Amino acid sequence: MALAVPLWAKAPCTSRYARRYAPLVTMRTTPPTKTEEAGRATPGAFADVTTSASTLRRFLHGLPGVDAVGLEARAASLGTRSIKTTAKAYAIDLAISMIDLTTLEGADTPGKVRALGAKAVHPDPTDRTTPRTAAVCVYPDMVATAKEAVAGSGVKVASVATAFPAGRAALGVKLADVRDAVAAGADEIDMVIDRGALLAGDYLKVHDEIVAVKEASGSARLKVIFETGELSTYDNIRRASWIGMLAGADFIKTSTGKVGVNATPANTLLMLEAVRDFRAQTGVQVGVKPAGGIRTSKDALKFLVLVNETAGADWLDDHWFRFGASSLLNDLLMQRQKLATGRYSGPDYVTVD
Amino acid sequence: MSDARLSVLKTYKLYVGGKFPRSESGRVYEVTDPKGKWLANAPLSSRKDARDAVVAARKAFGGWAGATAYNRGQVLYRVAEMLEGRREQFVREVADAEGLSKSKAAAVVDAAVDRWVWYAGWTDKIAQVVGGANPVAGPYLNLSTPEPTGVVAVVAPQESSFLGLVSVVAPVIASGNTAVVVASERAPLPALSLGEVLATSDVPGGVVNVLSGRTGELATPLAAHQDVNGIDLAGADAGLAEELEIAAADNLKRVLRPQAVDSDADFTAAPGTRRLTAFLETKTVWHPTGSLGASGSAY
Repeated sequence: MALAVPLWAKAPCTSRYARRYAPLVTMRTTPPTKTEEAGRATPGAFADVTTSASTLRRFLHGLPGVDAVGLEARAASLGTRSIKTTAKAYAIDLAISMIDLTTLEGADTPGKVRALGAKAVHPDPTDRTTPRTAAVCVYPDMVATAKEAVAGSGVKVASVATAFPAGRAALGVKLADVRDAVAAGADEIDMVIDRGALLAGDYLKVHDEIVAVKEASGSARLKVIFETGELSTYDNIRRASWIGMLAGADFIKTSTGKVGVNATPANTLLMLEAVRDFRAQTGVQVGVKPAGGIRTSKDALKFLVLVNETAGADWLDDHWFRFGASSLLNDLLMQRQKLATGRYSGPDYVTVD
Repeated sequence: MSDARLSVLKTYKLYVGGKFPRSESGRVYEVTDPKGKWLANAPLSSRKDARDAVVAARKAFGGWAGATAYNRGQVLYRVAEMLEGRREQFVREVADAEGLSKSKAAAVVDAAVDRWVWYAGWTDKIAQVVGGANPVAGPYLNLSTPEPTGVVAVVAPQESSFLGLVSVVAPVIASGNTAVVVASERAPLPALSLGEVLATSDVPGGVVNVLSGRTGELATPLAAHQDVNGIDLAGADAGLAEELEIAAADNLKRVLRPQAVDSDADFTAAPGTRRLTAFLETKTVWHPTGSLGASGSAY
């Protein structure tokens, strides 16, 4: 049954490091599929997986269990890379360009959203060489305001939807929420999955809901939030990643930022492995967005190392990797100013938001 | 069983944000007495340690500046109590560091404790001395109150490793600032031990941060740091002081220049309020008195 040369080893990894060490340090995380055994991977490789609740369950439970200790050790060891000077300058600019600048508070006002939009377009008004951020992320009722604030700049507007952050509402309500946001001009939709259904083992419900939301969001790119802090185990995160990708997510996203545990290097690494394997088997590339709890440049750079070493350089682009953050941007800007001037900057020289 | 026991050598560490880290760089340097006898290894801090210390000091500033003057006085008095309890240790360290006899070192430590108590008493009195009601010709009150400047980098005196240190650190924090202290390069051990005293005496972590290492290497990034609001150049020599003053001008730091009175003999003299008022800003507010017109309040 086993292939002489596993397909995933031939996967299009562009990073030299990843290519060289992939057979040594990464373990494939999916069982071989029928098409793979035939030596040919197609986007429809998993078409039969989602035909019924039991086939989906069998597939998800057939995914190899996550080696939690190994996963955390690998995430930690990739966090020890030293990134300095020109590489650091490149990484800081890349990280800025990948930020989904987020405000998701009950107290959001149109004024605050406009200020956020202005900041997304010109993160550092004193230095116009600073790249713009990827998007602003707001609640659906603020989409129109945000759209106006970033008009013509290339900054996208992402909207959370589907009864964010809990997701505890009827499907009809969730879809109406999505349509509302899309109608207001949202370029991207950040939906939350039904964690309750996932934890209860009702995988098909989670899957079908994502499919429905994907349809409702039309041309807007869909980011699927798993709320990894509520999924209890790494195995569940791996299953959720596959459900999301099978259902047609454009992005898989760790968290809402509204619970205690948000994006960690380990759970992001796990999701990066999933998108890598998914592309290797289907040719479909899916983006990853860690969100919440990433506050310092150092943290952001660690995530970029994870991306490069796991998924490969193809993901080092704001189309395929995002940071959901707000305070991170200020720290990146202060680091950028430090690199430019040689002296440490302070919070007095970035916006208060 | 042998009577000989191995003595336990002390690892001197930095004091940053209420914790005792080693230098981020992992470096240490040998500290000797004036005759060249090895005393201990002290951390050789890097500019990143300085940066971390500024972050800690900034974080602590709100709480310390917002504490009541009375409370700050109580906390500083508590520091004096703790110093008194560790008198023997400081006498030994000062004697080793400065090559003094036991009795002379004891006199220095006593003077330092007294100095600390003296500054502790000033916390709730300084406002009366440098602030107050200003006479105005109109129907309003005009009040000036002193407020702390913010995060202050303190380049501690090089020769007077303990009395000099206390004389520059105590006034900075008595007035509600937080401090990043660059200890004497040659004799940092009393300063590092002072960190241990502060950690056990109700001073919130981050209010005082003590770094040891090359004065020039640490003071330069601190002077240029945009989130430092003031710098005391007591321990900088003439050349370094000029360089630091230029760097400090960039974000208009308050600079306390080294003066003749900073020469070490003079730390034994009464300090006056020069250092106490060096890192204070004056806030002036206007209050309508509400007695416009004959009928009383016009508001």
